[in-house]
Amino acid sequence: MQTFAVYVDNVPGVLNRVSSLFRRRAFNIESLTVGHTEVDGLSRMTIVVDTDERGGRLVEANLYKVLPVRRVVNITQMPTIARDLAMIKVQANAESRPQVMQLVEVYRARIVDVSPETLVIETTGTEDKVDSLLEILKPYGVLEMVRTGRIEMARGSIEGPALVPGRAMHGARGPHDSGAMSV
Amino acid sequence: MSTRTLTGAQILWESLVREGVEVVFGYPGGAILPAYDAMLDYPIRHILVRHEQGATHMADGYARATGKVGVAIATSGPGATNMVTGIATAQMDSSPIVCITGQVGSGLIGSDAFQETDITGITLPITKHNYLVTHASEVAAAVREAFAVARHGRPGPVLIDITKDAQLGTCDFDWEAATPDIEAIDRSGQGFGADAIELINKAQRPLILAGHGIILGGGTAAVQRLSEQAQIPVAMTLLGIGSVPASHPLNLGMMGMHGEAWVNTAIQEADLLIALGMRFDDRVTGNTRTYAPHAKKIHVDIDPAEFNKNIRVDAAISGDVGEVVTGWLPHLASVDRSPWLDHINRMRGDVAVRDIKNMPDQGHLYAAHVIHDIWRITGGNAIVVTDVGQHQMWEAQYYHHEAPRSLITSGGLGTMGFALPAAIGAKVGRPDAEVWVVVGDGGFQMTLCELATMVQEELDVKVCIINNGYLGMVRQWQEFFYQRRYAATPITAPDFEKLAAAYGVWGATVEARSEVESTVEAARRNTRGAVIDFRVEQEDSVFPMVPAGNDLHNMIRRPSPIVETAAD
Repeated sequence: MQTFAVYVDNVPGVLNRVSSLFRRRAFNIESLTVGHTEVDGLSRMTIVVDTDERGGRLVEANLYKVLPVRRVVNITQMPTIARDLAMIKVQANAESRPQVMQLVEVYRARIVDVSPETLVIETTGTEDKVDSLLEILKPYGVLEMVRTGRIEMARGSIEGPALVPGRAMHGARGPHDSGAMSV
Repeated sequence: MSTRTLTGAQILWESLVREGVEVVFGYPGGAILPAYDAMLDYPIRHILVRHEQGATHMADGYARATGKVGVAIATSGPGATNMVTGIATAQMDSSPIVCITGQVGSGLIGSDAFQETDITGITLPITKHNYLVTHASEVAAAVREAFAVARHGRPGPVLIDITKDAQLGTCDFDWEAATPDIEAIDRSGQGFGADAIELINKAQRPLILAGHGIILGGGTAAVQRLSEQAQIPVAMTLLGIGSVPASHPLNLGMMGMHGEAWVNTAIQEADLLIALGMRFDDRVTGNTRTYAPHAKKIHVDIDPAEFNKNIRVDAAISGDVGEVVTGWLPHLASVDRSPWLDHINRMRGDVAVRDIKNMPDQGHLYAAHVIHDIWRITGGNAIVVTDVGQHQMWEAQYYHHEAPRSLITSGGLGTMGFALPAAIGAKVGRPDAEVWVVVGDGGFQMTLCELATMVQEELDVKVCIINNGYLGMVRQWQEFFYQRRYAATPITAPDFEKLAAAYGVWGATVEARSEVESTVEAARRNTRGAVIDFRVEQEDSVFPMVPAGNDLHNMIRRPSPIVETAAD
């Protein structure tokens, strides 16, 4: 697995350009997340690709061919903090609720919604931790789950000049371009 | 500079003229009408094509012949989708073109309006970049950036889709404010691996693999100096032809599937490959597991995404080939490589006797004869433009190109129908050059409508049809690998001589070797184009041939003496 932090200009179609590249070059995306950064106009993707180190170099070089891509950092070998957020809706009646709540406590997760027959649990952590909680909850009946996929950040500081978003033209602009992340 | 209020359509032409555009290849239609109307007020030569595919190939041929950016223009919907093949052709062969398409009004986008199509979506994977412009105020910046992207680094096609309201809308035209951010466009990368100079100086059996990048970057002189100074022979890819003169004693010729046998053998025996502006295409390497097994590999390319893509290399250097090679020159050690050169020359001598043009005239017309004669008569100085297939390989083998940008051919995509429109584009770009099309009877029928363009624009392009009544290369594969089961490869054609006459072009038909020279001479005397239908041997094949995926040294060789075909 190779993990990349990819900084892109926040222009319409940029996710399409990146995902199209992965499809065309037959790189397997394990997970892809995208969101705003601390810099206005710049978004950050965390992309996990199922490939080896040599493949990782090809992925990196190809990402740089996408014009709105401003910087690619292969963080596979770096000390990083990786997190995944999940919301899990699990069956819980009056009888089983205390047991589920106890597990939630153990996993330092949170209950964010309660109904007579269900609980919604929010958890943040490594993918392993989320997987593990999911396994534990399965016997109670997992009704629904949504996960963000992995976001990852290197510890300390990544070297390189400060990033500024590119001039406006890097993208196919849409008629409803509001300047927000339109991917 | 003071600003003026102009329409988006006017800004388009203001910008194109400032980018140095003198000619565009296009076809009008509803969504691009405002741009066409504004065009009349600008010093632009418009070449009206007969199909938008032709416009893109013409822009491509123009770009390849001149080194400038070629421009094609079309309307929305079918006009835009007809460009797709030409854009993909330019992308695969790194040809700098800018395609401009009209789009329905921005308020109609997404409504399946008449002649609406998502052309930026369609062309996303086959362009370097593309733009959807929905406001007049974005036109200038889009055009400037598009030209910068098309030219910069590894060249390629860029598409600008401009909505009708963006063409009609007005805004202040400020050229300076639209200056592109070159730093953001610059995608040069870094190299890695061993020290290239050390590898070169240690090599006993080195070989330069010369690709299209040498020509695109203007590095031909530097590469020739490298070859001469270090006494390293040169093998060329199809698109690298012209990077080193064919007559240069260190130039071995073309490599790959239909490359010269001595070249492929030399690659397999070499202890160092210096790959310059080439990308180890599968048609060049054959089986990658057995490719050049004894050789260290140095790869120089402006596009770092090519490194280790197909072949693992020992040293990779990202940059302009000419600059990188020039940097090597002072550090090259004097190494005696005469045993290696003598060895290659012996292989060369052995193979030459099998060459078909050395065979006595048996009354049959072979494509090799035709192309050899055209080469001889034009002194090797013509720009020759080809499609894809047998005729393309024969051209590469028998027309000996002395200058860069003198062979224009669809290499990567292998596009039938490329030759005639690309030749028209080349002739527009270099009106003083003698331009020949070498094309098959199949491919010519795909875009022959552009003969009318040639006539309307009074362009002098000579067309040599290698007519064997088959889709020849596919037939050859059927002969070799599908037990001669000729599925859908026999093809009929109109009488090309009469067809030429219908278009108002001089035409001739040649069936004997003895008639080739006089007919080619007659065509050359004609200054308004010519079409010659050469009726060549129907079941001749291109030799040598490395079957797809086979080891490079396992070539199918021409049977010697020539086995006569079924027609006898």
